[in-house]
Amino acid sequence: MNEREKNDPLRDLGERLDKARAARPKSPERAADNTSTGNALALGWRVGIELVGAIVVAVFIGWAFDQWLGTRPWGMVVMFFLGVAAGMLNVYRTVTGLGRAVGFKQDAPSADASIKTGAGWDDDED
Amino acid sequence: MAIELHPLDQFKIEPLIPIHIGGIDASFTNSAFFMVAAVLLASLLLIWGTRKRELVPGRWQSMAEISYEFIAGMIDDNVGHEGREYFPFIFTLFMFILLGNLLGLIPYGFTFTSHIIVTFAMAAVVFIGVTIIGIARHGWHFLGFFVPHGVPWVLLILLVPIEILSYLIRPFTLSIRLFANMMAGHTMLAIFAGFVAPLAILAAVPLKPLAVVPLGVDVLLIFLELLVAVLQAYVFTILTCLYLRDAIHLH
Repeated sequence: MNEREKNDPLRDLGERLDKARAARPKSPERAADNTSTGNALALGWRVGIELVGAIVVAVFIGWAFDQWLGTRPWGMVVMFFLGVAAGMLNVYRTVTGLGRAVGFKQDAPSADASIKTGAGWDDDED
Repeated sequence: MAIELHPLDQFKIEPLIPIHIGGIDASFTNSAFFMVAAVLLASLLLIWGTRKRELVPGRWQSMAEISYEFIAGMIDDNVGHEGREYFPFIFTLFMFILLGNLLGLIPYGFTFTSHIIVTFAMAAVVFIGVTIIGIARHGWHFLGFFVPHGVPWVLLILLVPIEILSYLIRPFTLSIRLFANMMAGHTMLAIFAGFVAPLAILAAVPLKPLAVVPLGVDVLLIFLELLVAVLQAYVFTILTCLYLRDAIHLH
């Protein structure tokens, strides 16, 4: 008896918490709420670094290949274009799927309509 | 100009306790000092915060619980339940970066996350760890990661190198993002701060009050830097989660 009375305010709090949680709209997918300043800033930084970083790293790898094999300037040229492609790919993934990799199964809650229809290689639903 | 400005001096590494082992400079530096401080502060916050284990948490316990639940929720949302076993690592990473970023904002503090070697070391650990987890869980199947589905094989010749490249780039973009954010912000703060004294001292008398302008900019920038400090710790951690998810939920 005594114990139950002691528990009551807690249970009451728990019930109120549950109610409040149920009343609140379910937190939407993170990708969707990039409207706030912080998230927009983070997304902008991610996209920029993704693109630039990819090109810089790829060109460096190409340059290293050239130094090693003496194929100047072809390694750098080829790697530059591959880097641009990889950067674009990463940016595309950042914006649509927030970092989803190619082989990733579509069972995450973040399945985005634009991905399902947009990317041909992403449609293995199993 | 009589007053010299060195906005980049704040990033200088200075040995506090010189240690040389076999020609290798292993000195205890200001950077190391702040790393230790970050670790101690994180431990203090969590151990001291949870010492009472009250059902209705006080302030310290709330802070400890909020940070715990934040990362636990992030892992649940982004990795799924299998990700729970990596919680200690991800949580440690988050607290370390967060406290490193925030400690750097304290005057006379040193921001160890503004050095690319530090962020790259962390990103490399994440990258290698995630790759090993992927290989351990999926074996050779892990290489299927780089082969997009339903693509004619002619295109695969082009796409597989792009996929591999975009995978290899991860540790670089991960580290550059954190380091560039921190370094840019702190340099900007120092540059604007550097305008204050010359304006107040050297400028012609009617222009002296203008020194308030860069000071005001710095005040605003500090708020932006607080945002960036927390945000970049968050971004680094969430990207770690996403990379981990890719490795765990291979098709």
